[in-house]
Amino acid sequence: MTTAEPMVVVDPSGERARPWGPWQTGLAILRRDLFVTGREFPIFLAQVILQPLFLLFVFGKVLTQLGYARPGYAEVLFPGLVALAAVLTGLQSTALPLVIEFSYSNEIEDRLLAPLPIGAVALEKIVIAAVRATIAAAVMFPIGIWLLGSIPWTAGAAAGVIAMTLIGALLGASMGLVLGTFVSPNRINVTFALVLTPLLFTGSSQYPWPSLSHIRWFQVVSACNPMTYVSEGLRGLMVPSVPHIQTWICFVAAIGAWLILTAIGMIGFRRRAVG
Amino acid sequence: MGGESGAAVEVTDLVKRYPKAPVDSVAGITFGVRPGEVFGFLGPNGAGKTTTIGILTTRIRLTGGQARVAGVDVMADPVGARRVLGVVPQQNNLDRSLSVRQNLLFHASYHGVPRALRRARADELLAQFGLDDRPDGRPDDFSGGQIQRMMIARALMHAPTVLFLDEPSTGLDPAARLFMWERVAQLKAEGTTVVITTHDMEEATVLSDRVAIIDHGQLLALDAPAALVRDMAGERTLDCTVDPGQAVDAGTVYRELVKLAAVDRVEPLEDPGAAGWRYRVYVQGETAPLLAVVVQAIGDAGASLTDVRLGEPTLEDVFIHLTGRSLR
Repeated sequence: MTTAEPMVVVDPSGERARPWGPWQTGLAILRRDLFVTGREFPIFLAQVILQPLFLLFVFGKVLTQLGYARPGYAEVLFPGLVALAAVLTGLQSTALPLVIEFSYSNEIEDRLLAPLPIGAVALEKIVIAAVRATIAAAVMFPIGIWLLGSIPWTAGAAAGVIAMTLIGALLGASMGLVLGTFVSPNRINVTFALVLTPLLFTGSSQYPWPSLSHIRWFQVVSACNPMTYVSEGLRGLMVPSVPHIQTWICFVAAIGAWLILTAIGMIGFRRRAVG
Repeated sequence: MGGESGAAVEVTDLVKRYPKAPVDSVAGITFGVRPGEVFGFLGPNGAGKTTTIGILTTRIRLTGGQARVAGVDVMADPVGARRVLGVVPQQNNLDRSLSVRQNLLFHASYHGVPRALRRARADELLAQFGLDDRPDGRPDDFSGGQIQRMMIARALMHAPTVLFLDEPSTGLDPAARLFMWERVAQLKAEGTTVVITTHDMEEATVLSDRVAIIDHGQLLALDAPAALVRDMAGERTLDCTVDPGQAVDAGTVYRELVKLAAVDRVEPLEDPGAAGWRYRVYVQGETAPLLAVVVQAIGDAGASLTDVRLGEPTLEDVFIHLTGRSLR
């Protein structure tokens, strides 16, 4: 393929000539997505924040105040909800739009006909979804402070927390790529119901994974959910005193899962994009 | 044949078979489109038109053969091909999150058109396509004809060398269709090569410099519409209505008509409602010059011609002749 060599776009008026390659096209597409996300920002925030917000409020505050949950539970819960916001927002930001764009609106065609490789169109989808997911996860921090008064934090955790959040966002986006391209449009509603809820409750966001040793089968199920490693990773970084899976294992598992899901998602995307 | 160099589109032994399909959707077709011409693809639904366009526009992978657009091999360098081609699809695929003007601007940005140029071009195209009264409206608020115009305008934003229009007039009202035809004629005048698929005979005849007739994935004929029609021998007719006058019987008129050198045969037509006798005269060559001779012959039989209808073959007849069935 000779796709890498940039073409020079010549302005007939002679005003400007510049090299133009697939990278620039990819960035132009990303700019469009950022533009649309920015314009609908309040709606977007409301969409992605409500679920973790209510989970944090009911489980972290209400149940604790009523005495049904131990006082320290909010600290265990908070890192898990950051992971949940990142993974689920990433997933929803790729899966649903892809289903709609490939079947009903055909909107994706203008991108598939733009001068960049098909795989780059899929990668851009992952990038914009990860941007949205990272914003959703970041917003959890001020919400946590507002609801709980303070959030668990340890000095020097910032870099790790940012890295793990980004990986969670990318992971969710790639899960969505797989769902959005492999599931047929008429079954997406059922699939969402069947996938999202288990994903939500087996991702170790509401409980520390090592504490499941008494419910072995559930521990195994949770270990199969890649979100577990994001939750556990963030928990280990933010509340090291709570038992957690070792941080390096979390990074390796989450990145590994991301790479595998991205590869599968790319295959699905190509299948949908090129006949 | 592979080397019509400088061709806008060059297709050689093109084959497409979809997975699990029992037959080829495109079964080995070869043709070339000359730069600056309007090339029509005529065939019924499922003939392979859209698949061929899909391959040429890099959206469908070919199974065999070769396809080049503006000299770029669509399989080897799909990204390069996408730089030089523009597509107006059958179905609305406009970006619903963007306004009409933003649709044009972002499309141009994907193709690397510099900012100042894309703004100028968008304004120009919006005006040209009669969309400048509501440039900030969303596509969903427009009619089918306007959507079609937006999609053509968008495709022109990056000044493609070859423009592909897939069934452009499907679902358009007559006025919108006419507008689209005028735009295509203008594009041709400006030097853009246009490849158009249609199952509308009139559209193919009016718009195309040359027409390829395809059916079951095979190219059945390729020529200028007039030439395709000219090659259809023995299908020209004159339907004559005759006032008997002093003619003895219908047979007299019949005998005078078959005597004429240019006439192949004559068929009396049953038409209970009509006043007079009716005949269908099959002739060779052009019909109009024969009119005087036919009037003379009918006069010689003592009758007079009161009405005549000239039957020239159309692309439809060519199609029926080639495929044995009607397009619709």
